[in-house]
Amino acid sequence: MHSRTPTNTTGLTLPSYERDDSSHPALATPEYGSTRLRAPQRPLQLLPQNLTEVTGPVLGHERVGATDHDLTVQHGGEPLGERILVSGRVLDSDGRAVPDTLVEIWQANSAGRYCHVGDQHPAPLDPNFSGVGRCMTDSEGNYRFVTIKPGAYPWGNHTNAWRPAHIHFSLFGRAFTQRLVTQMYFPGDPLFYQDPIFHSVRDPRARERMISRFDLDTTVPEWALSFKFDIVLRGSAATPFEDEEDEH
Amino acid sequence: MTDLPRTTPSQTVGPFFALPDGLPWPDGPEVVGTEEPDAILLRGQLIDGAGEPVPDGLIEIWQADERGRIQHPDDPRDDSTSFRGFGRCATNAEGRFWFRTVKPGALPTPSGGTEAPHINVTVLARGMLDRVVTRIYFPDEPRANAVDPVLSAVDPERRATLVAVPETEAFRFDIRLQGDDETPFFAV
Ligand SMILES: [Fe+2]
Repeated sequence: MHSRTPTNTTGLTLPSYERDDSSHPALATPEYGSTRLRAPQRPLQLLPQNLTEVTGPVLGHERVGATDHDLTVQHGGEPLGERILVSGRVLDSDGRAVPDTLVEIWQANSAGRYCHVGDQHPAPLDPNFSGVGRCMTDSEGNYRFVTIKPGAYPWGNHTNAWRPAHIHFSLFGRAFTQRLVTQMYFPGDPLFYQDPIFHSVRDPRARERMISRFDLDTTVPEWALSFKFDIVLRGSAATPFEDEEDEH
Repeated sequence: MTDLPRTTPSQTVGPFFALPDGLPWPDGPEVVGTEEPDAILLRGQLIDGAGEPVPDGLIEIWQADERGRIQHPDDPRDDSTSFRGFGRCATNAEGRFWFRTVKPGALPTPSGGTEAPHINVTVLARGMLDRVVTRIYFPDEPRANAVDPVLSAVDPERRATLVAVPETEAFRFDIRLQGDDETPFFAV
């Protein structure tokens, strides 16, 4: 279980979640132009981890339809593109599995076009591909999607700007503190170097944690390449100073 | 010592999360149904640093039920509830969002204090590389608000921006990402 703050007169003991600010991009990242008017500018106030923070929505299997994990069978025919498997584990930073948690994904089609009214990229839509998936992790935190490899797409951030191929991920974990929205990238993408969103994560080792790994072992012969992507949410605050901090 | 995994970085939700059948669930804003007698309507607008509405944001709320109960295994109190507690609403072309929910009860803290009725809010949008978090408090709770450990730690001049404004049959809570009246945001 998570570390717990010491029991006190209230008898209310709650888990606590480690701060992980060093993993995340700064809201104000000038190279990503849209942050200019949208990144809050005042310092954030620390929110204590009380009941509302250490709990979170228990979103069950009723949210997930039978074909939600397989983005290649949601229409009458198969989508065009390179069929891939995307699977991995949802863990916390203590190395523990996060079971029975909702994983949501969305992505462009193989031509780099989203099935979204706001997408103006003149690439074809695919009538057999919506680009939305959902699944629940199993008891060991495993998830698995079948999809097609998304294409790169241009955007207006700077001259000749292109997003590296990516799949958007949304995760809840088990607590409000663990909520995470991220993007999964593909190994060796030649577009990384010019992408300010990827590089908004300043630590190169942290950037690596957003790149999936090609895996031949789970590649299905004659059928689909496999990419593995583990997602790590915040775990308990297991620093040597924790007890000291809590005793007052 | 074994190497523990490090957390996965956040990235922006981008402009396209609202694909058909995507993140905005059909029942997302309806934390409770219309049949709920004590339902309240919560509505607001997401506004950027130029004072313009943000038409591609996603607002999520998380809260206790009317008696301060939460459906969750890490709530050690004996109470149980079937209340979903979670809402999600994409902003519309005018940056507006809404929720039908109930006013939550007060909550105990581990240090023996009490938190005033509040709703936790997550804001996601294109141009935001990480979510930001704020809280909604209620205008009819002046005494509880005055001793709330979170609200009372906010700069007194900015406190009022965390208290919803009563309107006819609704509470209004606007979220300003920047500017003189920038909403106070929290690090969780
Ligand atoms: Fe995207």
